[in-house]
Amino acid sequence: MQGLLAIWGRELKAYFISPIFYALSTVFIFFISLMFFSFLQQYTQYFMQVAQYPTMMERININEMIMRPLFNTMSFVAVLIMMPMLTMRILSEEKKTGTIELLLTSPVRDWHVILGKFLAAFTLYTAMIGLTIIYPLVLQVYGDPDWDPIWAGYLGLVLLGGGVITIGLFASSLTENQIVAAVVCFGAALILWILDVVAESMTGTLGEVVGYLSVLRHYNTFEMGIIDSADCLFFLSFIFLGLFITVRSVESTRWRG
Amino acid sequence: MIEVKDLTKKYGNFTAVRDVSFEVEKGEILGFLGPNAAGKTTTMRVLTCFMPATAGTARVAGFDTFSQSLDVRRRVGYLPENVPLYLDMRVRPYLEFIAKIKDIPSRDRKKAVNRVIELAALEEVEHRIVGHCSKGYRQRVGLAQALIHDPDVLILDEPTNGLDPKQINEVREVIKGLAGDHTIILSSHILPEVSKTCERVVIIDQGRIVAGDTPANLDAQLRGSQSISAQIRGPVSEVMDLLKEKDGVVDVKTRSSLGDGLWQYEIDVVPGRDLRSEVATSVVGSNWDLVELTTAGMSLEEIFLELTTQEEEGD
Repeated sequence: MQGLLAIWGRELKAYFISPIFYALSTVFIFFISLMFFSFLQQYTQYFMQVAQYPTMMERININEMIMRPLFNTMSFVAVLIMMPMLTMRILSEEKKTGTIELLLTSPVRDWHVILGKFLAAFTLYTAMIGLTIIYPLVLQVYGDPDWDPIWAGYLGLVLLGGGVITIGLFASSLTENQIVAAVVCFGAALILWILDVVAESMTGTLGEVVGYLSVLRHYNTFEMGIIDSADCLFFLSFIFLGLFITVRSVESTRWRG
Repeated sequence: MIEVKDLTKKYGNFTAVRDVSFEVEKGEILGFLGPNAAGKTTTMRVLTCFMPATAGTARVAGFDTFSQSLDVRRRVGYLPENVPLYLDMRVRPYLEFIAKIKDIPSRDRKKAVNRVIELAALEEVEHRIVGHCSKGYRQRVGLAQALIHDPDVLILDEPTNGLDPKQINEVREVIKGLAGDHTIILSSHILPEVSKTCERVVIIDQGRIVAGDTPANLDAQLRGSQSISAQIRGPVSEVMDLLKEKDGVVDVKTRSSLGDGLWQYEIDVVPGRDLRSEVATSVVGSNWDLVELTTAGMSLEEIFLELTTQEEEGD
């Protein structure tokens, strides 16, 4: 356990020393701010237009018009685009510099090593996502957003991110080249993203299975503000499976040398 | 302390180590000698539980490296060939991190870190970033890392690789100072290294052990005949005839002409006899010039070359 915590801590510090985290979070916040601003702009324009029709007024919803598209953007930018860059170095760098030999000959279990690394990336990702809480707070000051769907959206984002981190972790365990790891992670995540579209063109059981595997479908329910235990379970098992195959992958590099 | 039995390790079709067996007693320093790619690192990696063996067993401190891996890892300090350093960390925090993953309880951690900083003489650089340290310091940080949990067994893969002669000496002194309390396996492809630090040497080539003994015994065992090298100025055939008649001389050869009638001779003699003074008396007695006279014993280097090239011819 001490080993797990030590690896978690060291990994976090390494992220803060390297410029990559600062670069990523700056770009992320800048982009999301821009999107928030434009969603807000659209909302106010629409609000002005419908202000004279009381029946229409009841239908416009601050959550639906601002937070939901914002969650959608965040999942795209933070998870699909940035996650490969956040996770690419996590094991490949250790392989390249030879420090993996240190970790794997220390009295720490393989899955403690992997879990420690996962938690570090997860902590950073959550912190990055956490910064965006400022936008619903702004809405709270000037309006009256419903907080329950917002929390649901954040939960979905955190679970989705956790799943994709394990893909990045696995990709990083395969190679000592960080760029290759990033490309593999991005490719795998992209496939999971477009499964939704693929599923629509399929019929019968196959369509259902492929549709079930689409991460976006599960994420969309959170975006709508619904916490469904089936979707939670989907993402938790996704994370577990990702960690499991990463541990196996590290074990196999032991055998192969 | 270390028992290796019929150890075999294959990478795909390539056999890196085949049927290697050896034992190391407690407190002993064993030198692992072999050319590059002989299987030294692979054997060490099996012993440190970095990778499992394909066949055979390895036990360290009574624990099996495969089934009781964590127990072995707690008792082994390992310095890999590529020193495993996080170049962006400072020396002290790096060692503190190692102390944590080596399972040292928090109350002993500071003491353990201080101990190895002193042992490896790192006081000067303890607040420096590892990546900014010189090669010699990095090697010593690596050594400190291997020693931090005061392991029973130390496995050092080419610990003096890439150091300058002064640094080599320093590292060698540290290693020698550790013998007795620690069982040490040390690998090298540089021979004086091993003959100076180790009590026993195992020579490994192409995955097989070709010899194993003390440096002195290896020397005696392999030396079929001793030879004397001499530089004599005089008529070649007469010199040869005179030397060949001597009792105890097996063969005489000319090596090279050094000009001005001076020749380099090599005189093979029966082992165990020193004929230098007799050679000197008769050469000088014949009114020839004796310029140089030395015994040419087989160095560990020659033994090593002989063993490893024989092996190649055998294949």
